[in-house]
Amino acid sequence: MNHLPQAWGRPRDDVYGAYDHSYFQTSGPKQSTQQPIVTGTSVIAIKFKDGVVIATDNLASYGSLARFTDVKRLRQFNKSTILGFGGDVSDMQYLDRLLLSLAIRENYSSYSSASDDTDDTSNLESLNAKNLHTYMSKVMYRRRSDFNPLWNQILVAGFGNDEKPFLASVDLLGTTFSSPSLATGFGAHLAQPIMRKVVPDEASVANLDKETAVQTIRDCMKVLFYRDARSMDKYSIAVVTKDGIDLKEDEKLENQSWAFADRIKGYGTQVV
Amino acid sequence: MASVFTAPPLADNGPGYSFKQTPTTHISADGTRQHSFYPYTDNGGSTLGISGADFTILAGDTRSTSGYNINSRYVPKLFKIGGEGPEHTGSSIVLSVVGFAADGDALKERLDTVVKMYKYQHGKNMSVAACAQRLSHILYNKRFFPYYVHAILGGLDEEGKGALYSYDPVGSYEREQCRAAGAAASLIMPFLDNQVNYKNQYIPASGYGHDLQPRKAELLPRNTVEELVRDAFDSAVERHIEVGDGLQMMIITKDGIEEVYSPLKKD
Amino acid sequence: MFRNNYDNDSVTFSPQGRIFQVEYAQEAVKQGSVVVGIVSKKYAVLAALKRNAEDLSSYQKKIIPIDTHYGIALAGLASDARVLSNFMKQQSLASRLTYDRAIPLAEITARIGDRAQTNTQHYGKRPYGVGLLIAGVDANGPHLFEFQPSGVTQEMLACAIGARSQMARTYLERNLDEFEGATREELIKHALRGLKESLAQDKELTVDNTSVGVGGMDEPFKLYEGQEITNWLETTFENREGGAEGGESMEVDS
Repeated sequence: MNHLPQAWGRPRDDVYGAYDHSYFQTSGPKQSTQQPIVTGTSVIAIKFKDGVVIATDNLASYGSLARFTDVKRLRQFNKSTILGFGGDVSDMQYLDRLLLSLAIRENYSSYSSASDDTDDTSNLESLNAKNLHTYMSKVMYRRRSDFNPLWNQILVAGFGNDEKPFLASVDLLGTTFSSPSLATGFGAHLAQPIMRKVVPDEASVANLDKETAVQTIRDCMKVLFYRDARSMDKYSIAVVTKDGIDLKEDEKLENQSWAFADRIKGYGTQVV
Repeated sequence: MASVFTAPPLADNGPGYSFKQTPTTHISADGTRQHSFYPYTDNGGSTLGISGADFTILAGDTRSTSGYNINSRYVPKLFKIGGEGPEHTGSSIVLSVVGFAADGDALKERLDTVVKMYKYQHGKNMSVAACAQRLSHILYNKRFFPYYVHAILGGLDEEGKGALYSYDPVGSYEREQCRAAGAAASLIMPFLDNQVNYKNQYIPASGYGHDLQPRKAELLPRNTVEELVRDAFDSAVERHIEVGDGLQMMIITKDGIEEVYSPLKKD
Repeated sequence: MFRNNYDNDSVTFSPQGRIFQVEYAQEAVKQGSVVVGIVSKKYAVLAALKRNAEDLSSYQKKIIPIDTHYGIALAGLASDARVLSNFMKQQSLASRLTYDRAIPLAEITARIGDRAQTNTQHYGKRPYGVGLLIAGVDANGPHLFEFQPSGVTQEMLACAIGARSQMARTYLERNLDEFEGATREELIKHALRGLKESLAQDKELTVDNTSVGVGGMDEPFKLYEGQEITNWLETTFENREGGAEGGESMEVDS
């Protein structure tokens, strides 16, 4: 019997065969993500007069398998920014760690508390949503240029340099854009038309109140659950305003009605 | 092999991921699978530039697309280069980029940094000709992994005349009177050839057959050019789905850069 | 003959705990012509006395605008200052590119502070022979920082460095209470008066030998020289004898 330390806790070679090291190789060709594995579906968000509402469901899928059902895909940064992640969940978790280290560096450095007289750090100008989005776009673009992309599309919600509501997107290629309402994945097809009815242009944002914005997002989450096979009925929703972030991570879709379902025709075995 | 890390979780053609950029997988005859990440996309849209005697106009629509989706109705393709600070105060050079927007942004930021450092180091503004050549070098240096954009650079030359330079993605460039680029370039460029350079226009009754005299091109006045730009985009919007939403125009004169935004059809 | 054995490099302490090379570098700052900086609630002002090596030469650069929100004034080796200012310019542009944010003044000051410190701890390196005043406005309001060759940096309400700067500091200390609420014009006057205190008896401030840099909450940092500062000089020193914009008065310090 082999009592050497390298054999501890390992299946016996004489019984199970030698361990195949290729499963955990540290050498060999450099590997990078060529496709997402565990994925989150749509992120949707809409601007209103005092801030932004953003939502994702709590599902992480492995292909068509609903693999993890309690994954929070809205991440908070500082006191007034929310990021919504679609796409690969492990890349999301990497980015989350990256952002945490950025936040610590930023808030712990001496200069962010340089303005003396007050102990209250909340009024200090740290990185806002605009700053963070710019930073994220550089991270994503750099990784795509290294042919080692972070397989996500991300919505950043918060406030810009002008103190107005800010909402923008960045994806695995580093493409960025901003709009009164944004949606990733299936949401771009199903939710965006609903949201654009409410805020067709930048001017209409000023006329949209919080209640209507939240209701629009909830309606969209319902439509997405009805039609997106990779979605679920538990979701997270965050309202970002000047007063702070109201993040709820355990919402249930209410008043579902599947009455329409028996009228759907043309699928599977049902022909008539 | 490390197949456990690279094998797809599902069927060969991949599961129906609910977001774009589904991985592209090629299977060779020997059964080996090659996954590839394609680092480019096309964000649609169109740009054009026309130079005159003492001005240059650049224009671009503000729609950003991916596939059949509209990302946003307002993503500018025109950027001021140089000048002071983030607002580019006092700038007199404009860059327009169309193609892959992320590359366009990266290119614009590199050129802007170069022009700002030039001002800092030499204490004077970079000339358009110098800026144009530098832009060519930036593009050419990345020719094996190009910036996937068609760039047009506009300004005033050292004599105060309108200057317009157009580029291909790997840095070939040329000074021209007018140029259209992007999704609707093939729709707009022939129109410009005819209306700016008077191609296929002849002087009536100046002769028969080969003796017919072509109409000589002349520098157009500013309001004529502005009308041409509007007409070009109104027409392009009708015939190309990736063009629309808004028209951003920048007019460079000796007094600086004038920016005009006007709506286009959003359908 | 006595010879100091502890000043051959910047990595050796003397038995008294001093690093002579760093102290010598600080002497270089005192050789440079004087610069003054003050902040109020809304503005940050730099004023500097320019020297010309000889009558035929141009005047040296004393104030360098780095980014739209701040600039620096230098005392000491101008070439060392240029290296630092190039570094600061790059860092400022990088901050704008990566975060779309004007770099906080405390951060850029900390970065050059760290850079200067490494020079004092590596064999074969030489400390920067220049002191800087970094003045401008960031998201937290107006700031003035002082930078020394040792790598020491500190935030100041008002500061003067360079030759005979003690006189200017005395003036600034006496008038400290007035700075916070001062208007833009008042602050510039204080800076010029402080600068004047440090001049030798027979010297005057003129449009040729004075630089002023002003940054504010709603105005970008700008360098004022030559005819642009005529008005400030006239109103600040109204009752001085005769027009002093002559050849003799341009020569200052030694």
